[in-house]
Amino acid sequence: MIADNIVHFARVLRGAGMAIGPDRVLAALAAVELVGLQRRDDVHAALSAVMLERHEQQPLFDAAFDTFWRDPKLLEQMMYLLLPKISGRGDKQRPPRANRLAEALSAPKAPEPPNPANQTAKEEVQFDTHFTFSDRERLQKADFETMTTAEYELAKRLAEQMPLPVEPVRRRRHAPAASARDGGRLDLRATLQRMARQPHTLAPLYTRPREELPALVVLLDISGSMDRYSRLMLHYVHGLMRRALRVHTLTFGTRLTNITRCLKERDPDVALKLADEQVQDWKGGTRIASSLEEFNRLWARRLLGANAALLLVTDGLDRDEHGDLSAAAAQLHRLAHRVVWLNPLLRYEGFEAKASGVRALLPHVDRFLPVHNLASLADLGAALRSAPVAPHSLLH
Amino acid sequence: MSLPLPESVDAVIALLAAENYVCDRQLATALFLSLKLKRPLFLEGAPGVGKTELAKTLARALNTLLLRVQCYEGLDVAQTAYEWNVARQMIEIRLAEAAHEVDRETLARKLYSRELLIERPLLQALTQTRSPVLLIDELDRADEPFDAFLLEVLAENQLTIPEYGTVVAAEPPITLITSNRTREIHDALKRRCLYHWVGFPTVERELDIVRLKAPGASERLYRQVVEFVQRMRTLDLFKSPGVAETIDWTNALVALNTLQLDPASVQDTLGVLLKHQDDLVKMQNGDTAKLLDELKAKALL
Repeated sequence: MIADNIVHFARVLRGAGMAIGPDRVLAALAAVELVGLQRRDDVHAALSAVMLERHEQQPLFDAAFDTFWRDPKLLEQMMYLLLPKISGRGDKQRPPRANRLAEALSAPKAPEPPNPANQTAKEEVQFDTHFTFSDRERLQKADFETMTTAEYELAKRLAEQMPLPVEPVRRRRHAPAASARDGGRLDLRATLQRMARQPHTLAPLYTRPREELPALVVLLDISGSMDRYSRLMLHYVHGLMRRALRVHTLTFGTRLTNITRCLKERDPDVALKLADEQVQDWKGGTRIASSLEEFNRLWARRLLGANAALLLVTDGLDRDEHGDLSAAAAQLHRLAHRVVWLNPLLRYEGFEAKASGVRALLPHVDRFLPVHNLASLADLGAALRSAPVAPHSLLH
Repeated sequence: MSLPLPESVDAVIALLAAENYVCDRQLATALFLSLKLKRPLFLEGAPGVGKTELAKTLARALNTLLLRVQCYEGLDVAQTAYEWNVARQMIEIRLAEAAHEVDRETLARKLYSRELLIERPLLQALTQTRSPVLLIDELDRADEPFDAFLLEVLAENQLTIPEYGTVVAAEPPITLITSNRTREIHDALKRRCLYHWVGFPTVERELDIVRLKAPGASERLYRQVVEFVQRMRTLDLFKSPGVAETIDWTNALVALNTLQLDPASVQDTLGVLLKHQDDLVKMQNGDTAKLLDELKAKALL
């Protein structure tokens, strides 16, 4: 009887988005057997010790437990009501992959007749840069509802091949090296193993600190003035997450939302749709200062460990009357290993930091990436390849 | 020899209470299950709420060895599990050469024998005759490859050493893992553990803790201190004070012969509670006075 109930309870929680495998159900059975059924709080504690994985799941679990203890049938109905809010995934919400699917299903276009006159020149251009002019044109016109195959390929290539806005950091973990240069040291264990295989030779082996890309936290401004760029940036970030790099993404406008889990979805259209549903403040106002403060307080310590870098994507136009942007940015700078500011809204070459928000942010970033009128992923690629601008030089 | 383990949740509470550790029933249940089901207990929570202390107390209460792995970035097998004594291995080779020993089999066996293996905490935890308490402290500070390395030890209570073989624990260790959540620990590792979030205690429980851990103050001061700190935790501070800070603060007030809280004494000792400049400034700009007024309103001052 109790076994049936626990299996049922686990199934309900699973329906609400918690990952409870059969191993946990078995453990839950054993746990309840051990603590007995005399006390309700003991059963609650036992089940939560076995079934929870993260502190955030506790309220959901508590609510489910309270209801289940009274009436399992009622709980099931309630969970169905809760479902769309909690699960955030599931097949029902998948949007049609209209553009790419249609393209894939339609007959292939007849290849254009080759034009021998400019064939060689065209190839040279393609070798030089992957982004041709026509690509850019089409991207500008795309409404970003769903991606076309070309966009999809472009975004993938961009994320895979473009230099990242962050530099690799030196880790404390060692990797084999040819010599002891650059802080390397002698690897006695490996040396001895090699000597066992090749006696009569003494060839020391070395290791040196490994260099790897740090985790990246992207703070994305999605306010009205950034409307044109946020979807594009999301595609870029989604591409980065497919690369072997730990990326956390948060959006902010008037509030701060963590959309990392949405973007984990493999398909960019589905990922963006999920993010769209989770984020409430698209195209609204900007409160950079309070958003940064909130990030510092709630997320910075969880996400910026192990020398993580922070990519701040915003135009720096703050409409926040209450917050102190300079102080928040300074604190962020102390918490993050590197702060890179990508500003997609610089419309002319002779940029001067005039807006107060820009002036407040600039002293607290390590690298400033201005993008002149970012209209496509290709422009973003060019910006990432360009030489960095020293943020302090713009302040005078 | 197996350890005498507590037989019920109440027995766990009593066992820890005997060692001056005040523990709520939910934590006791999680610990009881971890002892009974022989699964590691994964404790997550803000710094200074008694996660590490629990492991230390448990080892004392069960009268067994505490083995501690303090995690940091770049932690590897050589520092946590085992290491070959390479210097001695080299000497063994030289000695064998000098004695003209030619049997390579014997030499290889000698080189990779137990005597030449330096045991680090994780391996030690598997080779004890009496179950030790294994504390893997602040796992979030280690990097992700280390999580993966722990899986075998945690799930199977065994460790595979390529040159030697697999060491299986005769008496499995009682494993406690703590994390301050500066990164998410991988689900594969959490799945093998029981999970418990250690939150801030209630007023009554914190009073019990402070009375035990910081003796010497008056009942009135204890209550003022605890009520004050509990209110501080509701403010938007960058780092809320933990129980450890409450204990330190009480000790500091006692050392300064404070009989009851007043703006000056709070001001002078605020550095014991708060370790961030921004938080200190925030408190000094009126929040201290506000909280003291609230205490006054409740007739605690």
